[in-house]
Amino acid sequence: MQVNSEFKPTIVAFCCNWCSYAGADLSGTNRLTYPANVKIIRVPCSCRVNPMFILRAFQRGADGVILCGCHPGDCHYTTGNYFTRRRMTLLFSMLDYLGIEKERTRVEWVSAAEGAKFAATMNEFVETVTRLGENKRLEDLRCKN
Amino acid sequence: MQELIRQKAIELLENGTVDRVLGWKAGEFFYDLTPAVFRTREEIERDFVYSVFSGANFSKYLVQESRREGKIAAFLKPCDTYSFNQLLKEHRIWRDRVHVVGIACDGMCDIDKIRAAGARGITAVERDGDTLKIETLYGPMTMPKADAEAERCISCKSRKLVVYDEKIGEDGDVIADSPRFDMVAKLEAMTPDERFAFWRGELSKCIRCNACRDVCPACTCEKCVFDNPKSGIAQKAAANSFEENMYHIIRAFHVASRCTDCGECTRVCPQNIPLHLLNRKFIKDINALYGDYQAGADLETRPALLDFQKDDCEPSVVYERGGEQA
Repeated sequence: MQVNSEFKPTIVAFCCNWCSYAGADLSGTNRLTYPANVKIIRVPCSCRVNPMFILRAFQRGADGVILCGCHPGDCHYTTGNYFTRRRMTLLFSMLDYLGIEKERTRVEWVSAAEGAKFAATMNEFVETVTRLGENKRLEDLRCKN
Repeated sequence: MQELIRQKAIELLENGTVDRVLGWKAGEFFYDLTPAVFRTREEIERDFVYSVFSGANFSKYLVQESRREGKIAAFLKPCDTYSFNQLLKEHRIWRDRVHVVGIACDGMCDIDKIRAAGARGITAVERDGDTLKIETLYGPMTMPKADAEAERCISCKSRKLVVYDEKIGEDGDVIADSPRFDMVAKLEAMTPDERFAFWRGELSKCIRCNACRDVCPACTCEKCVFDNPKSGIAQKAAANSFEENMYHIIRAFHVASRCTDCGECTRVCPQNIPLHLLNRKFIKDINALYGDYQAGADLETRPALLDFQKDDCEPSVVYERGGEQA
């Protein structure tokens, strides 16, 4: 049996190319540490993230999904993240309605200058998901090996 | 009512306003009414049926029908006019090729409720004011119509015809105190574990017949994401619990803010899954977070997911508001 303290969650982080991906880069060049089990996927804009991507990440074995984008008002494409904000609010609310732990999903705004915020957010998110344990409610056994 | 509608259909055909009429005809059983296109007086006199089981919403058929030559007449109930209006707003229907006859409606019936009331071997159901006269192989019986009304009609949102060229009967008003969110609120008040158990119980019944998608007037994409063989969820049967959840979350999400809450998804579900509860959750959230919005009520307002305000709440509102919600 797996002991919870040894459990290393898999976290998928969707980061927008213009702010959060650069923020992650900055936290790296600043030698700030964040857990290695955060897998970053670069997207052109947080608005590119389809609700299916998030469910798909859970299907393929993610234990938590975090979506990072530019602060509202700072979007490279002017308004993309305003749409992200509405979509994700509704999607997360729906996941909660279906009884899926709401702490497994999160949206965080991280600018290119906020390397420290990126590292702190990831540390905190990994800790939260570790406490929750494995994703059982949205797992797909076909994708387990 | 059936006579009035038949007469209107014949009149429209014979005076040349339209060259075909979209109406209901009996399927395999008298309560199993199916949409059909009528072209002649004889067809209408023989097959056209309007009864307490005429639940089918014709709006979606008009997407294809209005692309054909000529003009079609369609009979729309109040909830169908909302779907029609929403499709007009999305430029899916050619308005000048459709003659809309609005018909007043005060609720359709659900054959399962009549069966649940103890009727066996039902051969005919006749409406007489507020009672239903039911003929069965075991003799006649009656029951109040209110007890046999479909779930979606009990929690009807509006009896108002929002779009029509002419109407039959007098329509009503928007029902402001409709109890349609009661069940959603009840689910929200449960713990996550109870909710998960509830939805697992319901969604695991899904046989992936795709009827909810096919009937939905808001689902009008010509290519559907669920038909893509590479999507991994295009199977005939759901392979496991993930797929059931995924399918229903995405189906509801794709119509969020465009769903008029017509309840067709639940009506057609062969497994009786309360699918409208997913759609209503989105509607309730949109109303609470972004202001009251009724899809299809008019042609101007923008659907909530195609719009934004600079001071919208952050997604973290979901974690903060906890169990009880406004």
